[in-house]
Amino acid sequence: MTLSVRLRHSFGAFTLDVDFEAPPGVTVLFGRSGAGKTAIISAVAGLLRPDEGRVAAGDWVLFDTAAHRWLPPHRRRLGYIFQEARLFPHLSVRQNLRYGAWFAPRGAAREDFGRVVEMLGIGHLLDRRPALLSGGEKSRVAIGRALLAAPRLILADEPLAALDDERKAEIMPYFERLRDEVSVPILYVSHSAAEVARLATTVVALQDGRVLRQGSATEVLGDPAVTPVGVRGAGAVLEARLVAHHPDGLSEADAGGVPLFRSPVAAAPGARLRVRIAAHEVLISRARPEGLSALNILPGVVQEVRPGDSHGAIVSIRTPAGTVLAGLTRRSVQALGLVPGAECHAILKSVAVAPEDVGRGGA
Amino acid sequence: MWETLTGILGPAEWQAVRLSLRVSFWATFLSLPFGILVAYLLARGNFPGKQLLNGVVHLPLILPPVVTGYLLLLGFGRRGPIGGFLETVFGIVLSFRWTGAALAAAVMAFPLMVRAVRLAIEAVDPRLEQAAGTLGASRIWVFVTVTLPLILPGIIAGAVLAFAKAMGEFGATITFVSNIPGQTQTIPSAIYSFLQVPGGTEAAGRLVAVSVVIAMAALLLSEILARRVARRVAGT
Repeated sequence: MTLSVRLRHSFGAFTLDVDFEAPPGVTVLFGRSGAGKTAIISAVAGLLRPDEGRVAAGDWVLFDTAAHRWLPPHRRRLGYIFQEARLFPHLSVRQNLRYGAWFAPRGAAREDFGRVVEMLGIGHLLDRRPALLSGGEKSRVAIGRALLAAPRLILADEPLAALDDERKAEIMPYFERLRDEVSVPILYVSHSAAEVARLATTVVALQDGRVLRQGSATEVLGDPAVTPVGVRGAGAVLEARLVAHHPDGLSEADAGGVPLFRSPVAAAPGARLRVRIAAHEVLISRARPEGLSALNILPGVVQEVRPGDSHGAIVSIRTPAGTVLAGLTRRSVQALGLVPGAECHAILKSVAVAPEDVGRGGA
Repeated sequence: MWETLTGILGPAEWQAVRLSLRVSFWATFLSLPFGILVAYLLARGNFPGKQLLNGVVHLPLILPPVVTGYLLLLGFGRRGPIGGFLETVFGIVLSFRWTGAALAAAVMAFPLMVRAVRLAIEAVDPRLEQAAGTLGASRIWVFVTVTLPLILPGIIAGAVLAFAKAMGEFGATITFVSNIPGQTQTIPSAIYSFLQVPGGTEAAGRLVAVSVVIAMAALLLSEILARRVARRVAGT
């Protein structure tokens, strides 16, 4: 089932005007705060009534101004995961989890309670009250509560933003499992490029209330025009395949015929990987560098140079492994003469890896 | 305990105590649903005339009780528009009956009840109610399953406050339903009557003691209940 969203709404000087589709899997609404992400998710949930538009999941219309159709939030069959978990303090974890199922229509396709509890690892918490849970546990229960409401659509509004890095690392895998094991579309709001790189099936990049670009994570994050969180957050994503674990402790991956080495990856050879290369971790050399400690050096051609905030710039380089973004100072761009078409080498200081769903999308 | 009490109290005093308890109980019990509804409207509603409703609810708090009693007499007396209607249609008579005393007590206690419940509702995080809505609960279900359990301590506090106020109501009651022993003579009216006759001070003193005991007991009970409910609600 595909979710199609077309919205127009004015908040004083700010106008939201978007039109996009969210296929099954995770569609990340990506952009800085103020780009309109939360307004979109609120409108899809029915918490905000837009001036004009249409929201439909398949042939099930949630909202259509032309047809004068407006379903109130409680009839939209949502699984809404909020930034703060918003668990009901007077109910036990078990009662929180069962809350939504009670209101779901009788014949609705439901997730199995035991399976969800097991998937989220919250079996030992069922009889506790939310007040006694840690932040990460609350998030997991909130995910379970949304999932068990028999939703036709899952909405997640920056569900990790309130957590520290350790908790983020704890929760992220559950969203990956959600993406891989649940068939309903998931609309996920984020301003973190790392989350996009790891979770997104589709990315909708937003800026000032408009869709800047829509496509796969590799396409959108590799576009230097899409740096909604500034030069610091920019970074491209490469698709790779794990080749081998070497005896010296490094793992080797293959990205479009180019070998990439990095610290051990917990996956079996043959597994598909998503490799995120943060722009500030990339150096550029015009000549092939000699006597350098970096293991991963990709030859390429400058595609585009885009000035960023203040003194910085983003350079996109086409390499055999895919498009890589480098964050440089404008001074370096000038000194090296980096113009479109210039040949250069991208030196990767670090290579972050997220296990890609094996089996989806073939190959 | 009842025997000891009836032994200590004279029959007239005992009658006043029983009548006061009955009047206050029904005044509190029957006004509670309206109190919760009005508190919810004032806390969460957004409608024209909200300030007017707020003003009307608080009126008995600032008007002289005698004025409130007189207005009740005008409206709910046998010749009054509402009183006449109630009598011809339902056969309910309020003036100079204990039912009228209950109405006067309820009206006087209403602002205190609404205030306590309203504060409790305002303390509930509306984002929790929103979350319940996205999980499929309609507005009424959200209220029953989320708001109501969370404001239970406030409701208890409001009910006890209203009960205590009803026990002590004097001005509006005596104006509306007079001071008829066994019918409308509540504890305050009885104390007043005893003080008007020579040698009545002793009986008045006993009723004063009973009032103090009932008030303290109610307060204590509400503290215990509210604390227990609050602990359950907070889940600690």
